[in-house]
Amino acid sequence: MGTITFVEHDGTPHQVELEDGSSLMELATNHGVPGIDGDCGGEASCGTCHVIVDDAWITTTGTRTDLESQMVEMSPECGPNSRLACQLRASPALDGLTVHLPEFQM
Amino acid sequence: MFEQTTTKRETMTTNSTLFQRTKVRVTDTVQATVPVDRVIQSVALTLKAKRLAGMMKALRFEERPIPDPADVPLEEIDVSNPFMNRQGQWYPYFARLREEAPVHYQPKSPFGPFWSVTRYADIQAVDSNAEVFSAEPYIVLGPPPFNAEMFIAMDPPKHDVQRRAVQGVVAPKNLKEMESLIRERVQDVLDNLPTDRPFDWVERVSKEITGRMLATLLDFPFEERHKLTYWSDTISGSADATGGTTHQDELFPAAVDLARNFTALWHDKAARRAAGEPDGFDLITLMQTSEDTKDLIKKPFEFLGNLTLLIVGGNDTTRNSMSGGVLALNRFPDEFEKLKADPKLIPNMVSEIIRWQTPLAYMRRVAKKDVHFGGQFIRKGDVVLMWYASGNRDERKFENADDFIIDRKNARNHMSFGFGVHRCMGNRLAEMQLRILWEELLERFDRIDVIGEPGYVQSNFVKGYSDMQVQLTPKPAREQTPVRVEATSGA
Repeated sequence: MGTITFVEHDGTPHQVELEDGSSLMELATNHGVPGIDGDCGGEASCGTCHVIVDDAWITTTGTRTDLESQMVEMSPECGPNSRLACQLRASPALDGLTVHLPEFQM
Repeated sequence: MFEQTTTKRETMTTNSTLFQRTKVRVTDTVQATVPVDRVIQSVALTLKAKRLAGMMKALRFEERPIPDPADVPLEEIDVSNPFMNRQGQWYPYFARLREEAPVHYQPKSPFGPFWSVTRYADIQAVDSNAEVFSAEPYIVLGPPPFNAEMFIAMDPPKHDVQRRAVQGVVAPKNLKEMESLIRERVQDVLDNLPTDRPFDWVERVSKEITGRMLATLLDFPFEERHKLTYWSDTISGSADATGGTTHQDELFPAAVDLARNFTALWHDKAARRAAGEPDGFDLITLMQTSEDTKDLIKKPFEFLGNLTLLIVGGNDTTRNSMSGGVLALNRFPDEFEKLKADPKLIPNMVSEIIRWQTPLAYMRRVAKKDVHFGGQFIRKGDVVLMWYASGNRDERKFENADDFIIDRKNARNHMSFGFGVHRCMGNRLAEMQLRILWEELLERFDRIDVIGEPGYVQSNFVKGYSDMQVQLTPKPAREQTPVRVEATSGA
């Protein structure tokens, strides 16, 4: 179904197989991508799966919802393309997507 | 003195509504011009007058044996009893509530009526829904004695502004700078512990390390750090708020003392910065350099509230996890062997300690509108307690939830930090302190034995230890370091 790339803050890329229906948080934690915690289990209520969507992809993924904003905007690393990976659902449309990880999860 | 007497006379002849208005007037209008310690004194006098006039009663609690949960009718169950933890009854009571009444109503506790939410998923739902469940005006069960304004008890958007202004002090970036300093201080504490006799772990380790940390974060005079612990304990131990042992008359002098010290600290810091001292990474500096908080000293109750929040938030929590971890490893000795065999488990164990201990038992919310929840009808204005201590032992979420398992897969999903906008701001600092403590303990000691039973704090909020006797056994390897071997053979 394709791949998605998580880029750590130091530039290390991690390519992960897309699995339809999983969230990007689940994909990252299941494949041991460092820097994604997902402490609340995918309820957008801890803010520890913060990712920054690559500029080229933000129109495809869409910008964050109000629910995500509540959590992610508390991070000093929050930018316009910041999302919570648990709220991004894997689909064929996201094949080739690149997201960047912040230096710290709050 | 004259003013205070007048206040007292006036208030003694009025009714409750006027008391309320007086209190609001005092806090809202006077606080901008009168020093904060004087403002607190006037609130104390108002409350005392109210008590003397028989219009309100300060709570005091007497310990009696708590019956087993099976012997109590469901509707009479009151988990706000501040002796539940000491008598080992919280977990059996919560287990029954989770099964039979996961959203439970207690109509006539000493603190007034309240709902208890006890299942993991329900607690997470309430915590994540600030629109329906408000954190205002306070987050403990009973009313705090003075209306210190803390962002933990504010709803968005005001909450967000205040929190953002100070959270930098415990943000991971700042912590990275502080890690080696924290480690040195932990090492110093551990290197000075006796190994030839039992000692009180709470006093010598848990309180000492958290006190040092708080003094560092606040740039508070290091040799006076015990004051921070004292204020925190006194305030969080308020009988009216949490069922603790602090009576109103003891609480106010502590609050006045805290207010004076922090006002002085603020002005001293401002003077030092004005004289060209480079900015530190402490909280007061952060407040003075942030546009939103640089004049916070002019709003004493907000200033005091947010400092109190950070002192209490960084004190009881980490301290009791430092004691709780030792107790847990004694209750589950196989886990200690597992840990020694694989110290890489420390970070996951830290999460498991925080889950198993759950140092703050609950947070309080108030329904902002009528709502159907968990098969119950919660009315606008009802008090709702989210019992993290229960959610962390919910078998629906954690397998063998009462067991301490240092490599538990989903330990990080514990709810001790809360969820939603009020999620613990100091979570990374707490984790770092505990991680360093256990790294340094494993370097030094082969056994850490709890002797007898620990003492438990009287509270329905702080799930903690008053004392815990511990006997340490040093690692044999340390005695074989070259320096010591040489010294021994030369003697």
